[in-house]
Parts: sequence; C-alpha cells; structure tokens
Amino acid sequence: MTHGPNSPSPESGPEHPRWVRLTHWIATVSLLALAVSGFVILMAHPRLYWGKAGNDLMPALIEFPISPDFAQIGYADRTPFAGVPGNVMTASRTKEDFFNQNGWARSLHFLAGWALVFPGIVYLLTGLSGGHFRTHVVPRSADLAPPALRRDVADHLRFRIRPASGGPDYGPLQKLAYTMVIFLAAPLIVLTGLAMAPAVTAAVPWLLDIFGGHQSARTIHFLAFALLVGFVLVHLLMVAVSGFGRQIRGMTVGGRP
Amino acid sequence: MNRVGLITRRQAIVAGVASAGGLILARRLPGDLPPSYGNILRMGDSFTYAAHRALLPRHALVREYLASDLTSFPATGTTDPGMKDTPLGEAYRRLKAGTFADWRLTVEGQVARPQSFSLNDLKRLPARTQITRHTCEEGWSAIGQWTGVPLRAVLEAAGILPTARFVKYLAFDGQVDSIDLVDAFHPQTMLAYGMNGRELPIPHGGPVRLRIENQIGYKSQKYTYRLVVTDHFDDGGADGNIQHGWAWYNGL
Repeated sequence: MTHGPNSPSPESGPEHPRWVRLTHWIATVSLLALAVSGFVILMAHPRLYWGKAGNDLMPALIEFPISPDFAQIGYADRTPFAGVPGNVMTASRTKEDFFNQNGWARSLHFLAGWALVFPGIVYLLTGLSGGHFRTHVVPRSADLAPPALRRDVADHLRFRIRPASGGPDYGPLQKLAYTMVIFLAAPLIVLTGLAMAPAVTAAVPWLLDIFGGHQSARTIHFLAFALLVGFVLVHLLMVAVSGFGRQIRGMTVGGRP
Repeated sequence: MNRVGLITRRQAIVAGVASAGGLILARRLPGDLPPSYGNILRMGDSFTYAAHRALLPRHALVREYLASDLTSFPATGTTDPGMKDTPLGEAYRRLKAGTFADWRLTVEGQVARPQSFSLNDLKRLPARTQITRHTCEEGWSAIGQWTGVPLRAVLEAAGILPTARFVKYLAFDGQVDSIDLVDAFHPQTMLAYGMNGRELPIPHGGPVRLRIENQIGYKSQKYTYRLVVTDHFDDGGADGNIQHGWAWYNGL
C-alpha cells in the first residue's frame, strides 16, 4: 500500500479506538498544564547547566532571556569557602524581588504529571498488548525504505498532505514522529523529571548516573520538552492542513469522515 | 462454544497480585495528611506525599559526593536574621554579638524531657558529616559538606514519645515548617553546625540549620532555634510555609 496524496484511502484504516481518543485528550490537557507550569518554573532560574550541580555562581551552558531575572545576578561579593581547595565560592543574594512563582507552578506541574500517569499506563499497556503500536504506529521496514521515505518527505515539503482518514493508516513520517514521541521523548522527559527529585533519586540513584547528574537531567528534561513542543506544533499544522474538522471529529466522537 | 468460568486463571492471578499489592501499599500510607484548605494544588501535593510514602523505601540514603565534587554555593533567602526588625531578629543580633555562646535549641511538645541544647551540647552528641546536593525549588543545585548531629539523636535525647507524629521547626527569620517522623528519623536528616569543614556561616543558616536531604532545599530550614514535636499536623499558623502557597512535602 502506498501513502501518497494521490492514493487517498480514507476507508482503509480503522477509526481511532475509544481508549486512544480518551487518553489523547487527557494527555492534551495535562501536557498543556505541564508546559505552562514548566515554563514558569524555568523562569525562576532560566539557566541550564551540565553536570551534578549548577547555580548562579557557576557558569551556565545557556541562559534564556525569558524572565525579569535574566542576566541579573544580584549577589554580593563572592568569597571562597576557607580551607576548601578549588574555586568554591559563596555569595549572598542581595536582590529581593526575584521572579518566583514556583509555589503554584511546581504543585501544578506535579498534579498535571500525576494526571498523565494513569492514562499513560492505560495507553501503553493497551497499545502494547492489543497490537495497536505494532500494527499502526511503529514504522515497518517498507515505511523506512529509502524510496518511501523520500516520497513522504517530498510530499510534506510540498505541503501535499493526505486528507484526514479519521484514524490510523499513518504515513512513514507520521509513524516515525509518533514512535519517537511515545518511545523516546516521553520516557526521557519522565525519567529526567524523576532524576531531579531528591526522594526518588535516593531510592533510584542510577537515575542520576544515566543522565550525568542533577543539572544534566534538568537540561535534558528541557530539551525533551522542546522536542515535544516542536512535535505538537507540527502535529497541529498537519491536523489543520489535512482537514481540521474531520480530524477533531475522528479524535472525539470517532467514526470516519 | 467453550464454557468459561466466572474468571479465568490469568484474571485470578492478576486480581490476587493486585489486591496483595494494594494491601501492602495501603499499610504504608501516611496516617495524617497535611491540610488541603480545599485547594486542588495542595490535594495534588498530598497525593505525591502519600505515593512517595507508599512506594519509596523510607530511609534510602541520598547520594553522598566526594570532597572534589564540592561546588560554589549561593546563600539565598534570609542571609542574616539580625537585619530583621522583629523580636526574633533582635534576639538573633544579641546572640550573634556573643558569638552564639548563649544560643539554645529548645525541644518541646511530645517529648518526655523537654529541654534546651547549647551548641556544645549538640556537638557532644554523635556527629555525622555528609557531602550532599542541595536542590533548590528554583532549579539550581549546589554540593556542600555538612557536619552536625542527626535529628534522631536530639529527639531521642529529649525522649520522644510514641504519640509523636510530626516535628515542627521554627527559625530566627520567622519561618515555620514541619516534617513527618519518617523524614525526622532519616539517617541523613541533621541539625548542621558545620559547613565545608568550618563553622556554619551566617548566610548559610548559622549557627545551626536543618538538613533534610531527601526533600527540596527550602525544607532545610536555616537559623533553626526551636523544635516542637506534635501529635497532629500543625500548619504553623500565619507563618507556616504551607500557608504561603508552598507544598509541605517536597520529595519531588
């Protein structure tokens, strides 16, 4: 079977099963809350580092101009800790009106995370046991064959997007995108999130080791978030281009266009 | 058509394992939850707390680092309670002028022998030194070496009673917070009087601060001067951290 704009086959695939439709929208609400609260959390300290630890007195990997605190260090003179070798300094923060909304942002972030745990487990178990992932999501070797991939990339570049089918029968790039989100970005963002939790890493210390430390995990957490945002933007664009109303209908009440 | 029983063997096994697991987890749930004040965010915090208590080993040690891992360490929040124009601020100024010779930590509440400890009293109790990561809710982290007395040793010296459920702690800068007995008895939870091999500097909470290593940084209160062991959850009134929109449990 070919996947090109010239072979629209809206009737060929099944409609979205109910469990996919339900978990899709729970995930939508949860991810929106996670993205907003996560961004607000980042605003309180918009600096990313690599390694076990990182703070205002240490060099950042990257600093984002996303908060009133950007590039305003606001510390008194640095002094070395007596008797400690190396460049180990202390300094007192002098700036008092620091931007920090983490009281609600952190609690919302974790609440939204919990809201994703149970539908996430249902989604993964159902998708794995029922063959949904194998049949519809994970690319087959035919999808990954260079000619098929080349054709799909060319179609996307020319914006020749297949009309909404109201369910699976996904194209090669679509399958690749879903597979990377489900099996790469999502586990990465969950594990790096847990790697930042003191009580969790006390129980599971290898979480710190596999990501190279607390601040590396935080940086990877952000990169996985950026990847997911990129996916969502392209996803929304594809939904709009392929027939917004029919796609929304297919993912809510179900059925075929 | 094959006749099938009410439940299959597989279903029976799944149900059995699930209910046994459920019973074990239920027994590990905390007896008291912090108040939610009807706030859905506080309810989520309580869920995290209950889940951590049910699922995580209680006294697993946080990572301890090497001396070569020590990093620079910003002092944030209050950096000198003596700057505050409050009775507590004034008391701190007086103690600081006397190099904290008159400083006392009082321990009261659900203890058989309410008492106060001088710095030297604390230093006579078994000491512990640990190099750990301070993980601030803002997102930064720093590695420091802490020397002090395990909180457990102080609570036991005061004869903590079986009715005890929480330890409330109060600081010279007006902060009030509390932890449950799981964290109070955690081997790395300590009253620290030393940092990086020297006396605990004032900007970092001197003369004595708490280290609660398996929670987020702000639970590790600076300038602690009073412990109250309670038999119920005490939110600390208007001064309590939880009243200011901050989660009470912060293992995440």
